[in-house]
Amino acid sequence: MVRLLSPLHHVVVAALLLAACYAQPAHAQPAPAASPKAAGDPVRGEKLYEARCGGCHSLDANRIGPKHRGVVGRPAASIPDFMYSSALKKSKLVWTPANLDRWLMGPSRFVPGTRMAAFVSVPADRTDIIAYLASTTPPPPKK
Amino acid sequence: MTEPNRRGLLTGMALTTAGLTALAGVATPAFAKKAKSNPAQDANLLNAAIALEHEGIGAYTIALGSGLIPPAAVGLVTSFQGHHKQHRDELAAAIRRLGATPAESKTIEQYAVDLNAGAITGLADIQRLALRLERGAANAYLGLIGPIANSDLHLMLARFAADEATHATVFILDLKEMIPTQAPLYG
Repeated sequence: MVRLLSPLHHVVVAALLLAACYAQPAHAQPAPAASPKAAGDPVRGEKLYEARCGGCHSLDANRIGPKHRGVVGRPAASIPDFMYSSALKKSKLVWTPANLDRWLMGPSRFVPGTRMAAFVSVPADRTDIIAYLASTTPPPPKK
Repeated sequence: MTEPNRRGLLTGMALTTAGLTALAGVATPAFAKKAKSNPAQDANLLNAAIALEHEGIGAYTIALGSGLIPPAAVGLVTSFQGHHKQHRDELAAAIRRLGATPAESKTIEQYAVDLNAGAITGLADIQRLALRLERGAANAYLGLIGPIANSDLHLMLARFAADEATHATVFILDLKEMIPTQAPLYG
């Protein structure tokens, strides 16, 4: 990495310029699509999940947000040992791919009162993340 | 974070801090739209952010206690953890101003379980974990700017996002990952 040191501060400035300039609020995004594409790319989705969701979520641990393995098809606010917002508990949503797409586009717009703020603005990224989540196997039922 | 690089990384950080602050300030007016006041919901959202900061502080505590950080990089890692502590304290103050109580930290042992620290076997594992958390934090702060109704808080959130993006960039370079060609990088 020594060879990177000379341009390092330029790279960092560029990254931060982008972070500052592209800080789009969720409400600035276009209207939600009815549903994501039927076939996303779960391999790309796994990388995106790591980069975009991994700060707060894991497949198998409740962290800032609830664990995600098997989330597709699951009722919202249904992980028993996670403390959800009352808004999400009252939502009666099921995490279908279409609902996940709208959620990821802007959680606060979809379920006002939620504590989740992060969003994914690029439709193809949402589709691939959802495809990855759909590929995760739900945990076996406890005996 | 490898030993020979530390001086350069620190130099790079110092050179960019002033620019970041200016950038965050420039970005603020775009977000400063009038929204209906909702202090309770603002506090809920900030409490999710403080939980994220608690976890980041815990992750760096685990890393510093692992014996896997090169001695010359301990100062840098400690400074990153210090930034998260400052974020935590600013968030806690803001939450109290909104009339709510800041969320408390979990135990280090619980963070070790949540972050699967038992699987860490080398410096690269720590760098990958740190990158995941820092990049996620930058995205989370950018995501907060829209839903937070109190525009007085937007500059703070933008500054925190810039701090996390700075941290993430250091780990991206340490891990020799490519900077994505597709913008936006965050949000």
